Amino acid sequence: MIIEGPVLKYGDKIDTDIIIPARHLKYTDPNYLAQHAMEPLDPEFYKKASKGVVVVAGKVFGMGSSREQAAIALKAAGVRVIVAESFARIFYRNCINNGLPLITLPNATKEIKEGDVVKVNVETGEVRVGNKVLNGKGITGMALDILKAGGIMEYLKRVSQVPTQGG
Amino acid sequence: MTGTLTEKILSRASGRSVSPGDVIEANVDIVAFHDLTGYHVIEVMEKANMMKIFDKSKIVVAFDHLAPPPDVRSAEIQVNIRKFVREMRLPNFHDVNVGILHELLIEKYALPGQVIVAADSHTTTSGALGAFAQGMGASDVAAAVITGKTWMVVPQPFKVELTGTPGKWVNGKDVALKLLGDFKADYFNGMSIEVHVRNPKAFPTDYRATVSNMGIEMNADALMFVPDQETKDYIKTMRGKEVELLTPDPKASYQDEYTIELEKLEPLVAAPYSVDNVKTAREVSNVEVDQVYIGSCTNGRLSDFQMAAEILKGRTVKTRCIVIPSSYEMFKQAMEKGYIETLVNAGCVVTYGTCGPCLGGHFGVAGPGEVIVSTSSRNFRGRMGSNEAKVYLSGPSVAAATAATGRITDPRDLQ
Repeated sequence: MIIEGPVLKYGDKIDTDIIIPARHLKYTDPNYLAQHAMEPLDPEFYKKASKGVVVVAGKVFGMGSSREQAAIALKAAGVRVIVAESFARIFYRNCINNGLPLITLPNATKEIKEGDVVKVNVETGEVRVGNKVLNGKGITGMALDILKAGGIMEYLKRVSQVPTQGG
Repeated sequence: MTGTLTEKILSRASGRSVSPGDVIEANVDIVAFHDLTGYHVIEVMEKANMMKIFDKSKIVVAFDHLAPPPDVRSAEIQVNIRKFVREMRLPNFHDVNVGILHELLIEKYALPGQVIVAADSHTTTSGALGAFAQGMGASDVAAAVITGKTWMVVPQPFKVELTGTPGKWVNGKDVALKLLGDFKADYFNGMSIEVHVRNPKAFPTDYRATVSNMGIEMNADALMFVPDQETKDYIKTMRGKEVELLTPDPKASYQDEYTIELEKLEPLVAAPYSVDNVKTAREVSNVEVDQVYIGSCTNGRLSDFQMAAEILKGRTVKTRCIVIPSSYEMFKQAMEKGYIETLVNAGCVVTYGTCGPCLGGHFGVAGPGEVIVSTSSRNFRGRMGSNEAKVYLSGPSVAAATAATGRITDPRDLQ
């Protein structure tokens, strides 16, 4: 899976209260959430991302809360893939479950500039910026299986692990 | 079976001998959610048309984020979850008058050696009792509700040792902030922290719960205290139950180790806007403060109100001061000990069992330009309300001393 797009770049420790503030968590509608993505840091994000973008960021992107709306909001706003130096565990899983791919790339914020057009191989983790080839960590194993299935629930249906007794 | 606590718990839960880096499917002992994530969990189950529950006795539901509901949508969310609880006949449901989910888990449910997943990042709190406890999003929790299993990567274990006895005004918050200040918020990503307490009684379960709670702020996969006599005594006191302890092998091998000498710690704060922007309270003692919040799943327990009451006894607060014991049980005990009366007499606003202003929900949301000192877990921009508010995190002693003077105060400097 290869994804291309222009870069919107952010720094370290972009937390979930930045990605989608708690006052929006009473709803799960992607279109509503998209309009408030990254609101406290970049009120123009929704406009900037709408044509399809690659978010590049520093360390522990998505740290903080378990709110799945963080993944839903970014995806619905137009983020095609996130390339960060590292990710918070819960956020990473939420993205996989919502079909938003992510690549871990050390030095991502040093090697890539705002506005660069990058080409990302989601499985190998290879990121191309102009003639430069950067090697990150792609999505593999269980996470890739879940992403390809379209999230954990679709994955469960596929592997038939659902117990038969009802609730 | 030998190894770290992490390896022992996850080996048992997955039915095979595991090592760090392994991808495993673990059986879970408890799956939990609250109001603000619970409706989303139910939505995911409905959308997938999988309204099944692996074991009703192992599901815990508590209302806390929207308790009591501040607006119509919050009330509607609770109406919908109550309906689900009724239809599914879930026995472990706690409405708005019982407590914050993570506090209820340690008071009533969590046991050493268990695997616990819940739809809230502060699920790490149950690590205080030696459980491997992780927060997850609504979809992952829905999957665990249905199957009783979850997938995970076995984290790298890191050992923290606590030696000695903390000083009078130091508690779990200062240990959590010490770790965050020394290592920064990204260091423990992909690791599980196992805390060994050299002198178990010197660092009680209240303090441990604060440190485990903030394990997520360290981005650790889990933060567990190695269960010991204090753990046994806590569960015996709270539930009248004797428990078995699962402990690491004495020769267990850790990726690295770090020792904190408790008597050397002093009251710390995390300054805006990051949990790892750690300073001593004295370094920021000139900062004027509008509101103090003492409560949350981080620091809303009996020992927190004991410290606050000792400081505010006979004084009148010079900031707005909001006090929220994390559960009915904590509120009742604080009332019986006289702490609530002391705090009310000092001019504090008191309720119980809600997350309140921690996430900017209600009961004291931060306004533009305001400075807050909070015993909760996060000071991110906008976390407690306005983007233009500044939040300093501290333990209850600094919070209470600050309420008494109107500016950030180390309790040792109170006149």
